[in-house]
Amino acid sequence: MSAITDPMRRRWIAAAGALVGGHALAQVMPTAEDVPGIRALDEYRAGRPLKFGRLKLVVPRIADNGNAVSMRVVMENAPAGDAGVRSIRLFSETNPVPLMARFDFAVPPPRVEIESRIRLAGTQRVVAIAELGDGALEADVVSIIVTLAACLDGS
Amino acid sequence: MTRIVAVAAFAAALAAPLASPCAAAEPGGRPDPARSGLGDVAPSIAALQADDAANPGMLWVDRGAALWSASVGSNGPACSTCHAAAAMKGVAARLPAWSGAAGRVVDLEDRIDACRTSRQHAPPLARGSEDLVALTAFVAAQSRGVPIHVSVDGPAKPAFERARAFYTTRRGQMNLACTSCHDDLAGKRLLNETISQGHPNAFPAYRLEWQAMGSLQRRLRACLFGIRATMPEEGAAVLTELELYLAWRADGLPVEAPGVRR
Amino acid sequence: MAFARIVVPPRVARGEAFEVRVSIRHPMETGFRVDDVGKSIPRNTLREVVVRYGDAIVLRASLGSGIAANPYLRFFVTARESGPLAVEWVDDAGEPGTVRADVNVA
Repeated sequence: MSAITDPMRRRWIAAAGALVGGHALAQVMPTAEDVPGIRALDEYRAGRPLKFGRLKLVVPRIADNGNAVSMRVVMENAPAGDAGVRSIRLFSETNPVPLMARFDFAVPPPRVEIESRIRLAGTQRVVAIAELGDGALEADVVSIIVTLAACLDGS
Repeated sequence: MTRIVAVAAFAAALAAPLASPCAAAEPGGRPDPARSGLGDVAPSIAALQADDAANPGMLWVDRGAALWSASVGSNGPACSTCHAAAAMKGVAARLPAWSGAAGRVVDLEDRIDACRTSRQHAPPLARGSEDLVALTAFVAAQSRGVPIHVSVDGPAKPAFERARAFYTTRRGQMNLACTSCHDDLAGKRLLNETISQGHPNAFPAYRLEWQAMGSLQRRLRACLFGIRATMPEEGAAVLTELELYLAWRADGLPVEAPGVRR
Repeated sequence: MAFARIVVPPRVARGEAFEVRVSIRHPMETGFRVDDVGKSIPRNTLREVVVRYGDAIVLRASLGSGIAANPYLRFFVTARESGPLAVEWVDDAGEPGTVRADVNVA
């Protein structure tokens, strides 16, 4: 996905251009227009709106190798009890299989934080969606550049 | 007359040594300062290596630990019967080395297989097999933090010189020598990667590219593939001798096995 | 036998959240690779993962081809009773596996 067509990357590059002198880039808050069209995701949503801001998907901006990219999904101050997080799903924009993983909690966990390593078939966006007890969806979208290895490995 | 001079000058340029002023003092010398490749990988990869719970290479170390304590074949003793794991500290840092019994330079994989055949009454584990990588990883991990220091004097010297010549000789379709990248261009970028000095201290390593742990010789084969040169099989003398030269070149760098690299 | 590592804190306080880290040796085959002779390698991922603490299931997961080989999971559980915490899985080939740790609740 090139910088021209990926709206998130355009905003990120614009934000980077606006900052001066080595400050860490603030995470750009996604909006509904940043969510890529993924059929499995749309089927799961079933028309429900996505709310942004509480769920955070943390990945490196650039991955040296798409085989294993560190990923952390976290919701600070998550609601408890019946309104708590019941499941988290990860969707890939361009992997052959869009649903990367799903995590289900019979009882909301004491801390909504899961870390793992994802596999990415190239530069793309990844969407994390948490479903709350009442069916509401909280989401985050990130854009990751996956670079190719400099040398081929036939070992 | 001028054409002969031009040809002579061209021939002289082709024959010129590969070392640049910024690289090792002489072709095939040690880089100064020696720098582990850990400084050239992304922070997320370095973080994996630093965390034993997350380091995928530890899964091979665990497998190696189980193999270490398991009796071998029908009546062979376990490695642990003769060796306390803690006594293996420093072993990986001193290998490869000349073996009088074998009459050649041997690496850690060779030492493990020598024990298997001569003392454990078992066939050697195949190079590149998961079990041999696991045992090598387990033994190498006992040397974590120990500075590499190998002997290249005496009977090992001819092998060392052969390997140094290999390291500085252009080869493959791309006509590159190891030194072309790992001395002359170390620290520069190739696509998104920073070229390392090419040290062996993190091996056996979990390579993201392999999605598995592999030996140093596998990594050397991968490099040779990368420059489109002939790849000797794992266990070939040329690769073992190259391991010796690389260990000499990495003198003082701490063992990082099980390493994580891209 | 799949090798796996599980790490929990040595002691946890009752009612507190504690961190569980588990690492599993598994190729997580995508099903899109071919071997050296061109034969397709079938998909093999951890289709069912269950984390059981005492007699309660605290997490169910399905890890697909979008999760890296030799999967790693870090998550949080509420400390209740001292006892085993087990991560159990079945992969697409039907192979089961388990790794467990003892939770020591003060």
